[in-house]
Amino acid sequence: MSSPQPNHQGIGVQVRGLRKSFNRHEVLKGVDFEVKPGEIFVLMGPSGSGKSVLLKHVIGLEQPDEGEILLEGKPIQSSNVLDEYRLAMVFQSGALLNSLTVGENVGLYLTEHRLKPPEEIDRIVADTLEVLGLKGTEEKMPSELSGGMKKRVAIARALVIEPQLILYDEPTSELDPLSSVVIAEEIVKLNERIRVTSLVVSHDRDLAFGVAHRIAVINDGTILAIGTPEEIKRCQNPLVRDFLNASFRRADLHSA
Amino acid sequence: MFQNVGEMVILLWRSLLAMPRCWRQREKIFDQFFEIGNASLLMVCILSFFIGGVIALQTGPVLVERGLANAVGGVVGISICKELAPVMMSILIAGRIGSAMAAEIGSMRVYQEIDALRTMNISPIHYLVVPRLVAIAVALPLLVIFAILVGWLGGAFVCSANSRIDISFAAFFTTLRDIVQIKDVVNGVFKSFVFAWVIGVVSCHQGLITIGGPRGIGRSVTKAVVNSIVLIVILDYILTRILLR
Repeated sequence: MSSPQPNHQGIGVQVRGLRKSFNRHEVLKGVDFEVKPGEIFVLMGPSGSGKSVLLKHVIGLEQPDEGEILLEGKPIQSSNVLDEYRLAMVFQSGALLNSLTVGENVGLYLTEHRLKPPEEIDRIVADTLEVLGLKGTEEKMPSELSGGMKKRVAIARALVIEPQLILYDEPTSELDPLSSVVIAEEIVKLNERIRVTSLVVSHDRDLAFGVAHRIAVINDGTILAIGTPEEIKRCQNPLVRDFLNASFRRADLHSA
Repeated sequence: MFQNVGEMVILLWRSLLAMPRCWRQREKIFDQFFEIGNASLLMVCILSFFIGGVIALQTGPVLVERGLANAVGGVVGISICKELAPVMMSILIAGRIGSAMAAEIGSMRVYQEIDALRTMNISPIHYLVVPRLVAIAVALPLLVIFAILVGWLGGAFVCSANSRIDISFAAFFTTLRDIVQIKDVVNGVFKSFVFAWVIGVVSCHQGLITIGGPRGIGRSVTKAVVNSIVLIVILDYILTRILLR
């Protein structure tokens, strides 16, 4: 995949020396990386390696024990930085509000902040859902949707914010291969259309190598390698190689 | 425990700060108000009618035997409006509505819906807590006024139907009017207003700090109801001491 064109939409993210512990268990052990404006950056690693915790720090849902996160060079801990930039997150579960319809979920940001009149919100919601192949689902409840549709509604809800930084937490987990491809296509299309900076957390190797401009591999709270997909494929770090080459072979099982 | 108390005080303070903008959430307030009234009205009616009846049954014969028949209406009336209606209705609402608040907010917390609100810069206090607090603070005192009236009716019915008491409806309400003052009713309604805030804050707080999936939600619901009832009984004593002065 070619490197991103200069843009005016996405914002840059810098993570410096991030450390976080829960109940004396250190989950992040000094994480450093930078995401360039308009880039799709995939943070890849096994389950429990600290990826989702890291993502929550970037959007301000968790406070670091040490280190800092900068948006366009400004620390997010300082006041108003999170208000200054438009950030959105697509949760692993979708995190749709189950008491609201799909349309109300997608238009929630605009409705609650009273940014547009109701008729315009309805139009924006309908347009956004159509872009994501969900035309006519406005009145459905989240419980009526499949896993893939929920993820796309969550993306629609994020899109309505017109984000400058969008965070995806395991966007293809629990999805069948076809739905995973649809989600991956949406991530790339969004990046190409509105030049949003995308930070994707995943352990899905196909997704990572398919959409990323750059990839970081994290394990046990530490970044092992950062580079373009080609550089990561050539990386000689044994842990990275194990993660990239892990596959189930029946013969191995029997020989063991 | 002290951490919980501190968090509840902070939650109450933040909710009060958000109150001036609560009109923006008027649809949600109305929904919650309807939920509280609709879910509880019949139960309030049955409970208060029988409480009034039991108080009349317990006190009526004793007072009549001692020649104090003209005090029965007053004793029943004052017991219901100052104590039984506010406390019993608050306990009922803590069980029915407080548990629902804790469960709903708790499940939103567990399933990351509250995190999703935060990422959209929507305050959970403004969006979830304030509408519930306003609705319960209005609905519970209204339910208590209704409970007082029905409780008095229950007392009057038992007094007229029971041969050992044998006081007519008119006589019951005449003696009630002589002894019960508007101030007594206001005291009871004021107590219920305070209890409404206790139920709302305790239940919303328990919902917001829920962790650990369905079991965590169950634990939060239990804590919300038990803590609300304990606080209601303690505050009832304190308020009674203050209001008796």
